[in-house]
Amino acid sequence: MTTTLASLAEEIATSCPQAVLSWQERRGEIRIDARREHLRELMRMLRDDPRFAFAQLMDLCGVDWPDRLQRFDVVYNLLAPVPNRRVRVVVATDETTPVPSVAEIWPAAGWYEREAWDLFGIVFEGNPDLRRLLTDYGFEGHPLRKDFPLTGHVELRYDEETKRLVYEPVKLAQDFRNFDFLSPWEGMTTLPGDEKVHRG
Amino acid sequence: MAEVVIGAGETGPGAAIRTHTINFGPQHPAAHGVLRMVLEMDGEVVERADPHIGLLHRGTEKLIEYKTYMQAVPYFDRLDYVSPMCQEHAFALAVEKLLGITPPPRAQYIRVLFAEISRILNHLLNITTFGLDIGAITPVFWGFEERERLMEFHEAASGARLHANYFRPGGVAKDLPPGLTDRIMSWTESFVCFVDDLETLLNENRIWKQRSVDIGVMPLEEALAWGWSGPCLRASGAAWDLRKAQPYDVYAEMDFDIPVGRNGDCYDRYLVRVAEMRESVKIIRQCIERMPDGPVKTQDHKITPPSRAEMKTSMEALIHHFKLYTEGYHVPAGETYTVVEAPKGEFGVYLIADGTNRPYRCKIRAPGFAHLQAMDRLAKGHMLADTVAIIGSLDIVFGEIDR
Repeated sequence: MTTTLASLAEEIATSCPQAVLSWQERRGEIRIDARREHLRELMRMLRDDPRFAFAQLMDLCGVDWPDRLQRFDVVYNLLAPVPNRRVRVVVATDETTPVPSVAEIWPAAGWYEREAWDLFGIVFEGNPDLRRLLTDYGFEGHPLRKDFPLTGHVELRYDEETKRLVYEPVKLAQDFRNFDFLSPWEGMTTLPGDEKVHRG
Repeated sequence: MAEVVIGAGETGPGAAIRTHTINFGPQHPAAHGVLRMVLEMDGEVVERADPHIGLLHRGTEKLIEYKTYMQAVPYFDRLDYVSPMCQEHAFALAVEKLLGITPPPRAQYIRVLFAEISRILNHLLNITTFGLDIGAITPVFWGFEERERLMEFHEAASGARLHANYFRPGGVAKDLPPGLTDRIMSWTESFVCFVDDLETLLNENRIWKQRSVDIGVMPLEEALAWGWSGPCLRASGAAWDLRKAQPYDVYAEMDFDIPVGRNGDCYDRYLVRVAEMRESVKIIRQCIERMPDGPVKTQDHKITPPSRAEMKTSMEALIHHFKLYTEGYHVPAGETYTVVEAPKGEFGVYLIADGTNRPYRCKIRAPGFAHLQAMDRLAKGHMLADTVAIIGSLDIVFGEIDR
């Protein structure tokens, strides 16, 4: 199994070398890191080439890595039902650079890209309908970004006087308590003061 | 409101017809929850359907990032709340994959047993409410009686009728109470008769067929392109079932068939679900017959809690228990996209672990999301009343779509 998966990844990489940055095979899953500019080329090949035949885009999602220069990953999970294989394609982007949309290759991508735009603020160039999907009409911000607070910024209530719903800054009777249960000897690799030891 | 002026109309040159826009939902009983659909109508014919989802968005994925792996499990019950255990299954498998552990055999059998009970629960709800949507009232009364029996099994095993929190990474929360498997076994015998009765109500029912045959037809090619899975994809003619194709737990040892439809219309989606219930009964029987004795969770108490009795006497067990319920366990850094065949289709969890006790990212792939997305494609050109049939046949539950 491992050899066939690795050879599949190798084949993808050699068939579209301009698009594939690197690939790895772990726990029976292939991950291909791709170049944003050649993404559509790669995806079209993965769908149309009979050697790959990835007929289905099962999932598309964003991942936020705020420490990186290109802070977002866009992850595409593809499925080829006939040879029964899966592959994961990952491209990186930042807040402003658009990622080419794959909605014309798989219509399923339409909503998934809307969701990634809504929750992360990733822009997809070529998506015909890039509106917000899950959050409220007129919502501001992108809630799944790591710098967006869990409690949000506004809350909604019905105002008896004006007889309508009003948004207000969120007020909590008790602040959200983010317990850090990490064991210091497991979570932290350098204890305070240790830097002097390592400088040694 | 859009006003469209067409050139030479049937009633003379320059005649204006109005395509009007109507709101379907969000408080419509046939919208199966909180679907708001903006329909552009030409008379009674749907020209464009634009589903607005997110009215039940609770930020599950964000919340999971702030919880330990064990605390994240109950959120999965609240996604597709009519088949809770199947979703816990996906998360449990994903975490187990990253941890590199395999639950003991008895746990795997229990999980498959309850995943199939959940499937019947889900299909019963879907078939009967689909019937209700298009005018058949009796099935819902009959079906909910059976559902109640199944809920009792849920309750006996997990302590809760709906939000079970039963499948945990490393196994299941607790062993089955004595006698439960016998009760399930005797229920399977009566349930087969129930399915026969249900089919006599609907299969050849004239009104039922008028409302569902050739409505919302999805050809196989398009179903694949739209990311369909589960019974909806099988109704379009693909014999694709993750329980067979990419088996998990003990599905590989089970003997069952994959029912496949031919036309991909609402009626076929109904037939596939009925046939799947019969297959699920087969799997349930095999599980009960072959279920071995033994532990129901991994005996590594860094991942699963020790028994209460052990905690009273063993210092180590007490420490394990304390650490597990405060800090939780650490999952080695890595990522996985793990899927199960949930009753509605492919339910996937894309889990990124960063080596701490909390998931870094947990993307939930809900099957209903992809199905509902094709609503515009399915409803176009059909009558308004047919959109109700289409929604019913797609098995939409907003808990999982909005997350």
